[in-house]
Amino acid sequence: MHELSIAHSLVELAIEAAEHTGIKRVQALYVKLGALSGVVKEALVFSFDAVIQGTPLEGARLVIEDVPVKVFCPDCQEAHILPEPFPMRCPVCGTKTGQLLEGREMELYALEGGVEDDVKPPDC
Amino acid sequence: MTLNPRIVEIRQNVLKKNDLLARELRKRFQEAGVYVINMVSSPGAGKTTLLTEMLSRLGERYCVAALVGDLATENDAERLRESGAKVRQITTGTVCHLEADMVDRTLEGWNLADIDFLFIENVGNLVCPASYDLGENQRVVLFSVTEGEDKPVKYPTIVNSADVAVITKIDLAEAVGFQRDRFYEALNDVRPGISIHEVSVRTGDGIDEWISRLESDKAAFEKAVVSS
Repeated sequence: MHELSIAHSLVELAIEAAEHTGIKRVQALYVKLGALSGVVKEALVFSFDAVIQGTPLEGARLVIEDVPVKVFCPDCQEAHILPEPFPMRCPVCGTKTGQLLEGREMELYALEGGVEDDVKPPDC
Repeated sequence: MTLNPRIVEIRQNVLKKNDLLARELRKRFQEAGVYVINMVSSPGAGKTTLLTEMLSRLGERYCVAALVGDLATENDAERLRESGAKVRQITTGTVCHLEADMVDRTLEGWNLADIDFLFIENVGNLVCPASYDLGENQRVVLFSVTEGEDKPVKYPTIVNSADVAVITKIDLAEAVGFQRDRFYEALNDVRPGISIHEVSVRTGDGIDEWISRLESDKAAFEKAVVSS
């Protein structure tokens, strides 16, 4: 169970990224998780909710997009998405292939939030 | 004050901090000429026993060192020091894997230029160590013949991240009815083409081949660095 460590890293990264991009109130974190990332989604969500307490991210949602394993088949000369991560065989011709194109992602790909601007109320 | 909602693209690896430090470590290791091996397995697969053997065998011709990770105790470091190698223990407390910064901190005070081979024995765990790059040249996953032939498919992530698989306690293969074909097939299902070595520290089977393999991997790596 290393999802707690990963949730800590995610929160730290998101706080930094929010500062860099000028987001003052983060409402959602969009994360891509590969089928081979070694991370259990439910455990990450559970840990995330615990870790954000008392941080600037408190109340933010964690939106996870699952990324399936995509391999390159040397016989078909094409990329294919595998229905299951294993066995690592081309789903079309059955050739074994270790050429992994996608599936190891553990990436914070976007933040949703608001930028608080000082806007003068209209004169009326 | 008004709040303007927006979505901003970030596209950064969640473990960016660890990855950056691992990259820095890898550069330091390369500059100092250290070849680094990260050993991962379940508890009890025989990492420490194989490591003791490797340290004494390689120690006859090279300067070897090891970092050994456990949740608690210095027992493994004490065992390994008997080989005469430089050894430091990393106790992680409750953390179930090693991270690059633990390696970085533990190396403090060692002159890397004096070391030829550095072995990092990870915490016995086939799940969590998969996600953490330690700056190693190669990741070796160990399985003992007593663990069951389908173990690689039960822990696909770590096998898929490994460069080499070592099967330990091969002298027990017959006694426990180890089905070699099924095991090789399971490894190839999750990491097609992975190189596999069979060893027994007790009988010495496969040890010479394994040691020569490490030596030639180190030599090949150095040659590749020079030519690039």
